[in-house]
Amino acid sequence: MADRQPPMDSHAAPAPAGAARPPSDVLAPGHSFGSVTDKITSAILRPGFLPGWVFGFVIAFGVMSMFLFAVSYLLIKGTGIWGVNIPVGWGFAIVNFVWWIGIGHAGTLISAILLLFRQKWRMSISRFAEAMTIFAVMCAAVFPVFHTGRPWLAAYWLFPYPNSMNIWPNFRSPLIWDVFAVSTYATVSILFWYVGLIPDLATMRDRARPLIVKRLYGILALGWRGSAKHWQRYETASLLLAGLATPLVLSVHTVVSFDFAVGVVPGWHATIFPPYFVAGAIYSGFAMVLTLAIPIRAYYGMEDFITMRHIQNCAKVMLCTGLIVLYGYSVEAFMGWFSGDPYEGFMIWNRMTGNYWYMYWFLIFCNGVMPQALWFKKVRTNIPLLFCIALVVNVGMWLERFVIVVTSLSRDFLPSAWGMYAGTMWDWMTYIGTLGLFTWLMFIFLRLLPMISMFEMRTIVPSAKIKSEGGH
Amino acid sequence: MSADKTLDLASIRARTADARGRRYWQSLEELADTEAFGDFVKREFPAHASEWLDPVGRRGFLKLMGASMALAGATACTRQPDEAIIPYVRTPEDVVPGKPLFFATTMTLAGVGAGLLAESHEGRPTKLEGNPDHPSSSGATDALGQGAVLTLYDPDRSQSITYLGEARPWASFSQAMQNQLAELKALNGAGLRFLSSTVGSPTLGAQVKEILAALPGARWHQYEAVSRENVYGGAALAFGEPADVHYKLDQADVIVVLDADLFGAGVAGNVRYARDFANGRRIRKATAEMNRLYVAEPTPTAAGSIADHRLPFRASQIEAAARAILAGVEGGAVPSLGDAADKFFAAAVKDLVAAKGKGVVIVGDRQPAAVHAVAHAINQSLGNIGTTVVLTDPIAVDATSQTASLTSLVADMNAGQVQLLVMLDVNPVFTAPVDLDFAAALKKVRTRVHAGLFDDETAELSQWHVPTTHFLEEWSDARGHDGTASIVQPLILPLYQGKSLHEVAAVFSAKPERNGLDVVKEFWQAQPQAAGQDFTKFWRKSVHDGLIAASALPAKSVGKAQVPPVTPPAAGSGFEVAFAPDPTLYDGRFANNGWLQETPKPLTKITWDNAVLVSPATASKLGVKSGDNVEITWKGRTLQAPAWLQPGHAAEALTVYLGNGRRRSGRVGDGVGYNGYALRTSDAPAFGVGAQVRRTGGVTLIASTQGHHSMEGRALVRAATFEEFKKTPDFAHHMGEEAPGKTLTLYNLTAQQRERAVAEHAPTTYAWGMSIDQSVCTGCSACVVACYAENNIPVIGKEQVLRGREMAWIRIDRYFEGDAENPAIYHQPMLCQQCENAPCEVVCPVAATTHSSEGLNDMVYNRCVGTRYCSNNCPYKVRRFNFLLYSDWDTTSYKLQRNPNVTVRSRGVMEKCTYCVQRINRARQDSKVEGRTIQDGEIKTACQQACPTDAIVFGNINDPDSRVSQLKAESTNYGVLAELNTHPRTTYLAQVKNPNAALETELPGMEKEEPRAFPKVPGKDMSETNSMTHAPR
Amino acid sequence: MHHVDDTPKLYGLMAEFDSATAIVSAARKARDAGYAKIDAYTPFPIHELDSALRLSRTKLPWLVFFGGIGGMLGGFALEYWVSVIDYPLNIGGRPLASWPNFVIPAYETTILCASITAVVGMIMLNGLPQPYHPVFNAPNFSNASADRFFLVVETADPKFDAAGTRQFLEGLHPLGVTDVAE
Repeated sequence: MADRQPPMDSHAAPAPAGAARPPSDVLAPGHSFGSVTDKITSAILRPGFLPGWVFGFVIAFGVMSMFLFAVSYLLIKGTGIWGVNIPVGWGFAIVNFVWWIGIGHAGTLISAILLLFRQKWRMSISRFAEAMTIFAVMCAAVFPVFHTGRPWLAAYWLFPYPNSMNIWPNFRSPLIWDVFAVSTYATVSILFWYVGLIPDLATMRDRARPLIVKRLYGILALGWRGSAKHWQRYETASLLLAGLATPLVLSVHTVVSFDFAVGVVPGWHATIFPPYFVAGAIYSGFAMVLTLAIPIRAYYGMEDFITMRHIQNCAKVMLCTGLIVLYGYSVEAFMGWFSGDPYEGFMIWNRMTGNYWYMYWFLIFCNGVMPQALWFKKVRTNIPLLFCIALVVNVGMWLERFVIVVTSLSRDFLPSAWGMYAGTMWDWMTYIGTLGLFTWLMFIFLRLLPMISMFEMRTIVPSAKIKSEGGH
Repeated sequence: MSADKTLDLASIRARTADARGRRYWQSLEELADTEAFGDFVKREFPAHASEWLDPVGRRGFLKLMGASMALAGATACTRQPDEAIIPYVRTPEDVVPGKPLFFATTMTLAGVGAGLLAESHEGRPTKLEGNPDHPSSSGATDALGQGAVLTLYDPDRSQSITYLGEARPWASFSQAMQNQLAELKALNGAGLRFLSSTVGSPTLGAQVKEILAALPGARWHQYEAVSRENVYGGAALAFGEPADVHYKLDQADVIVVLDADLFGAGVAGNVRYARDFANGRRIRKATAEMNRLYVAEPTPTAAGSIADHRLPFRASQIEAAARAILAGVEGGAVPSLGDAADKFFAAAVKDLVAAKGKGVVIVGDRQPAAVHAVAHAINQSLGNIGTTVVLTDPIAVDATSQTASLTSLVADMNAGQVQLLVMLDVNPVFTAPVDLDFAAALKKVRTRVHAGLFDDETAELSQWHVPTTHFLEEWSDARGHDGTASIVQPLILPLYQGKSLHEVAAVFSAKPERNGLDVVKEFWQAQPQAAGQDFTKFWRKSVHDGLIAASALPAKSVGKAQVPPVTPPAAGSGFEVAFAPDPTLYDGRFANNGWLQETPKPLTKITWDNAVLVSPATASKLGVKSGDNVEITWKGRTLQAPAWLQPGHAAEALTVYLGNGRRRSGRVGDGVGYNGYALRTSDAPAFGVGAQVRRTGGVTLIASTQGHHSMEGRALVRAATFEEFKKTPDFAHHMGEEAPGKTLTLYNLTAQQRERAVAEHAPTTYAWGMSIDQSVCTGCSACVVACYAENNIPVIGKEQVLRGREMAWIRIDRYFEGDAENPAIYHQPMLCQQCENAPCEVVCPVAATTHSSEGLNDMVYNRCVGTRYCSNNCPYKVRRFNFLLYSDWDTTSYKLQRNPNVTVRSRGVMEKCTYCVQRINRARQDSKVEGRTIQDGEIKTACQQACPTDAIVFGNINDPDSRVSQLKAESTNYGVLAELNTHPRTTYLAQVKNPNAALETELPGMEKEEPRAFPKVPGKDMSETNSMTHAPR
Repeated sequence: MHHVDDTPKLYGLMAEFDSATAIVSAARKARDAGYAKIDAYTPFPIHELDSALRLSRTKLPWLVFFGGIGGMLGGFALEYWVSVIDYPLNIGGRPLASWPNFVIPAYETTILCASITAVVGMIMLNGLPQPYHPVFNAPNFSNASADRFFLVVETADPKFDAAGTRQFLEGLHPLGVTDVAE
C-alpha cells in the first residue's frame, strides 16, 4: 500500500494528512498485528451482549416500528395523510430523501477518494463510514417510492423493463436519472463494502469458535486465504472500484440536484446547484461520521484506532465543505439580484423575509455561522463540542433542503396559486422512523461485522514495514 | 305479516325483482302499506342517516349509501319517460349508446325561467347547457344552472310521501286532503291557505285561480327570500300598476347600476344581460366604441368587478344617489353625497344625458320600491323607456308584496284562523323574516302540508310531506325574464315518489288526480299562441324549441312616472347590514349541492363557508382580521359569524350572506357556515343601519382558494384604457417580458434538422387552441361548475380545501390592485395552458403526460404513479392531484350523473384540464362518419359553452379563419408567463376598460413599470389581508 | 477425515514466518533457488511479494475497461431505441433523440457495469469462491488471516523433492516447516 512507496506519498496528498508525518498518529503506539486483530474481533466474538448495545438496539427497533406503522397507514389511506398540497407537491419526503442521500456521500468519499489520495487516516473509519453510506441510501430510497401516489406501481414502473404494452420510462426526467444514479450508487457501495470485508471475514472465520458461526463467516469469506496473487488482484480491484466510485459519488448528488435545477421553479432553476449540492452532501456526511464515530469509539474503546487525528481531519473537511456551501448560499442571493429576473429576485427576498424566513436564517446559522468555530484547534480537539457542532450541521443540512423544496414551491409564478405547507404528524413519524431504521441497522452491523478494517489496520502496524534486504 | 317484521333491502329487492317502471312503483306502494316498511324507511333513509356521517368537513359527501337508490329503482332511470318527448337535435328513434341527446327544458328560479338544453346519456341527464334560442339564456347558463343537475341526483332528496315520518302512498295523501277539503268547503274554504314560492308558471297560475275561484274563502300567499316584489312595487308607485322591467343592454352605451348584482347567479335575466353587455365591449382591431359601466354598490359583485367605474357605496344611500341622478338629469340642484360620490354621479349623469335613449339606470331588486320608482323617472326623462328599458306585465302571477303577504298569513296563523296550510316548494321556517317566528306560528295550524324536494326545516314541522319532482323530472312551464314562455320537459322519470306542483295543486281542485303533462297541455290548448293551428304540431314545436313562439310579454306603454316622496333616512347610526343571497347557494336551496359549495365565491374565493364581509379600513378600525369571529347586534338580535376583509367593500357596512347555516339540508350542507336569516327582519328584509359589531375572539378557519391577492407587479393580467388601446393597440406587449423565439434551444439544429424534428411530432389538420377575453370575463364562475359537471371532478370538502387540494380544473384567479378601499379587480380564468413546450411533460418519469399530435397535453391516468413533479414544474399550477380517494365510488345516485365519456379518477393520480378531449373526439367521430373536417365552432369546451359573456373561445389554430385564430391575431393577444418559453396554446386578450376621462381614475394595474426585482414583503401589504397565515394554505 | 491406512498425499511444504520482512526475503530466496510453484499467504497485502514471486500483472483493468464501454453503449442504445424507435413520443416538444438528457443514465450504466466487472472479475480470476484448499489443512494456517506469514512450495514443482526442499525451507529461519496434505 501507500506506505510502501514513499515517493508516491510525497506528491499525492493535498489533504491535511501529509504522508510526511509518521503513520503513528493514525494508530496509537505499541500495537502488533495480533493486538489489532484481537481488539477488533473481540467486539464481535465476545459471548453475550453489552447492556448498552441492547438498550440502544431496543430503542432503535421501537422507532423503526413507528416507521413501519406510518408507512402502512400511508399505503392504506394515501399520500393525503401528509402535508403535501398544490402548489407544494413535494414536502418532507423529498427533503428527507436528499438529506439521507447526502449523508451517504461521506462513506464513499472516505473509502474511494481518500484511497486514491492514499490517505492512511481513512483506514480506521472507512468500514463503518461505508456501512453508514449503505444504510443512509436505504433510508433515502424509502422516500421517493412512498411519496408517490401509487407506490405499488412506482416501485417498478420507473425501471426500464420489457412489457407487453411497450411502455418505457421517460429518460428526459430527472427522476429517472435519480433511479439510475441512486440504484447504481447503492449497488456499487454494497460491492465496495463487501470486497473490503472479504479478508476480514476470513479472519472472523479463522477466529470464530462455534462451528455454525465459523461456517457462516466462511461462506461469506468465499474461502479467502490471502494468497499473494489474490492480494495483487484484490488491490487492483479496490483501486479500480475507488476510481469508479469517485466520479459516481460526485454524479449522484449532481443528479439529485438536477431534480431541482432542471425544473422551472424560481429557487430550483440554478446552475450552481450541482457543485453546491455535492459539497453539502460531503458536509452533512462528515457531520454524520463524527456523530457516529465519537460515541462508537468511546463505547468500544477504539481510541487507539480512531485517534484525534481522525477526528480533526473530519472537522477540517467539514470546515472546507461548509465554506463551499456558504458560498453557494451567497451566490444564490447574489444572482437573485444580479440576474435582474423578477421571479429570482422575489424568490431570494421571500426566502429571507417571507413566511418561512426563520427557516432560512436558522439554516444560515447552522451551516454558515456555527461551523466557523472549526477554525480553532481548541474546538476541533474538544470532543463534546465537536459532537454538538456535527449535530447542528445535520439539522442545518435538513433545513437547507426544506428551504429549497418548500419555500420555493410555496411562492412561484402565479400569486393566485401560492400556498403554505406544514408537515403533519405522519410526516414526522416517517422521518423520525427512518432515523430509527438507520440506527437499528447500525447496531446490527456493529454486532456482526468488524467495525474497522483489520487487514488495512495491519498495514499500518509498525512491524508491517519491510526492512531493507540483508538486514535479517 | 311476520315475514315483513324483518324487512330488509334484500327482501324488498326479492319482492320487486322482476318489477320494472310503472309496476315497480305500484309494488313499492303496496310495500309502503306494511309498517315494517316504515321501520325500513327509518333505518335506511338519508334524512335519518345524516347523524352517523363523519363530521370531518363535508367528507360525508363522499361516503354514502346505495340503498335509497335501490329503493327508488335505479333500473327505472335508464328508461326514457313514457310520454313522447322531442329531442332537440335528433329524434329518439336513433338513440346511439354513447352518443348523448339534447332536450330543451327550462329551469325556474324565483318564478323566472331560463331555457336549457339537457344532455342525456341513455336517458340520464348528465349536464345542462343554455338554450341558444331562449332569450334569457342565449346559449349560456349561470353557476346555478350548471349545478342544478346535481340536485336531481342528490341522495338526500326526500323519497317518499310521509305522514308524521311514516311513509304513505300518494292515494292516502290525496284522500286525506279530500277529507280536509270536504270540511273546509262548508266554510267556502276559509281556513285553507296556500304558501308557495313565486308562481311564474302560467299553468300553475291558472290552477291557483281555479282553486281560489272554487273556494273564495281560501287565500294564496307567495314568499321567497329573494324576490322581485320591489320591482313590481316600484312600477306600481311610478305608474299606478305593477309591472315587470327588463333591460336591453345591447342597446345601451351608458349603463349605471345602483346596487344591482346584474350578472350574479340567480338574478332574472343575468345571463342575457351579461351577453348583451359583453357584446358592447369586445375589443377587436375594428372596435371604435365601447359601452361604459358605472356601478355603485356596497359589496363588490360580478358587475362591479368589471365596471369601468365602481363606487363602494352603502345600500342605504342608494335612494339618495338615485334622487341625485334624477336631479342631475332634470338639471335640478344636486344634493351632495360626499366628494367621491358627487364626482362619480356627476360624471355618470353627464354620460347619461349625452346618451339619451342609449343609456340605462338599473336598480337592484333588493332596493325599496321607491328607488325603483325614481329609476323609472330617470329612465323616462332620458327617453330610455322603450329603448333600453322595457316594461311588461309582471311575470309573476301574483305581483303583490310577498313580505306583506307572509306577514298577514303569520298573523292569521297566530290568530288560529288557519286550519289547513299547504306549503309548496317553500322553506319558510328557514327563510322567513326572523321576527315573524314562522315556526311558532306554524305549530298553531291544525294540518300542515309541505311539498318540496327535501325533507327540510319546514317539512320537519309539517305532518304531511310530499316530495316534489326536480325540474328535470316534471312537465311544467315558465316565463323568461322578458316573459317568453317555455315548456319544462322531463328528462327522466321521477327518481323517487316525486309529484310536480301541478299534480299537488290539482289535489285541491275539482279534478284531484291529474298528471302534470295533461295539466300543462290543457292550459296551452286554451292560449292564443296555440290558436288557429294543429295543437299537436304546436306542442311538438314548442317542446322541441324549448320556447313558445311569440309568447314574450308585450311592452307596456306607461304614463308619466310619479316620483314618490323621500323616505326619511333610517333611524340609528352604526353599521349598515345588507343581506345578499349567497353567490353560489342562492337563498339556501342549493346548500346541499357539493359542486356549488365547493365552487369559490367569485370575489372572496371562499368555499364551504360564508362570512360577513367588511372593508379593510373598517376592519382595522374594529381590529378584525379575516377569519376572526365577530358578533353582530341588530334590532336586539345577535349573529355570530366570521368576518372577511373584502377590498372594495363600502365602509361602515356589513354584507351578510343568506343561504348557509342550514339545519336540514342534507349531509353536504348541514352546519356549513352561519345562518344570515337569523338577523333578517320583516321591516328590513334587504338592508338597514344601526348594527353593532364586536370581535368575540376566536378564529374560524375559512377555506379560501386564493390567499394572495396582489399580482406582485408581475404582468399577468395586462390592462389598459380604451384611449391607451387606441394609441398603442399592442400595449399588452410592452408590459412584460415576451416569449423568446423558437430558436432558443439546446439543440442548435440546422434548418433541415429542425424540419425533421417538427416532422417527428407529426402535425395534423388540427391544432387546438383557446383564447380568453379578459375584457368581458365577469368572474361569475359558471365555467367552474360546468367543468365539475362535464369532467366528473370530485368534491373534496372543506378540510381538504383548507389543505390546498381543491380539484377544480379551471379556476378564476382574482387580483386586486391599488387602493384596498376601491381597488381595480381583475379576473383571470386559469386552466391548463396546453403548452407546446410543456414543462410538466419533460419531468414525468413514466411518460404519463405527453403531447398529442394535435397539441393537447394529454394526461394518462393509468400510467401515472403520482410523483407530483409535473405539478411542481407547472408554472400555472393548474394540475390537480388525488391525494386521497376523492371520487365518490359508492353513492349510486351520483354515479348516474357522471359523464360516461370521462374517466372517474382514483387515488394517487394527477389530473387536469383536457380541453374537453371527449368533446373533441365526439366531433372527430362525427366528422369522419360524414367524411369532412371538423367545422369551426363545432366543438365547444364545457367552460366555453357555459360562459355567459362568451369570453372563452376554443378552436383549431391551424385554420386561419377559425374564430380562435382571428382572436389570437388580435393585437391584445398575449400569453401568460410566455417568457418561460412554454408556448401556451391558451392565450389571453388583454383587458381594456373604458373609463370616463372626467374621472381620471388611475387604473392601478396599468402602470407600465417593469416588475419589481424586490417587491413588497408578502404578508405585510393589503394583498395579504385575506391570506390564511393561520392555516396550512 | 481420511482412513489410517492410506497415507495422505502431499500437496506441498509450508514454512511459517512471523514478520512481513521475513516472508518477503524468504519468497525471494525461494524464487532465486529456482522454485516456480510457490505461493505466499499473508494477513495483509504486501506489494514486495509481487516482485519477490515475480507475479505477472493482472489483466483485471482491461476487463473493467471493456465492462465500462459496454455499460455506456448499452445504456445509451437502450435510451435511443426506447425514445426514438420503439415508442416515440412528443414530450415537452423536445426532439425524440434528446441526447443531452440521455447522457446521464448512460454515465451511470457505465460505472455500474465497470464496477460489477471489477468485483466479479477479481473473484473469478482468484478462483473464488473456493471452500476447500489444501493449505487450510496446515495446523497453524488459521493465523494467516491474523499475524502469521506462510510460504508454500508445492509438490507439483519440478524442483520439489521432499527432503531437499524441507532442508531449503529450514534454511530460511522460519518458525517451522510442516507438510501440507492434499
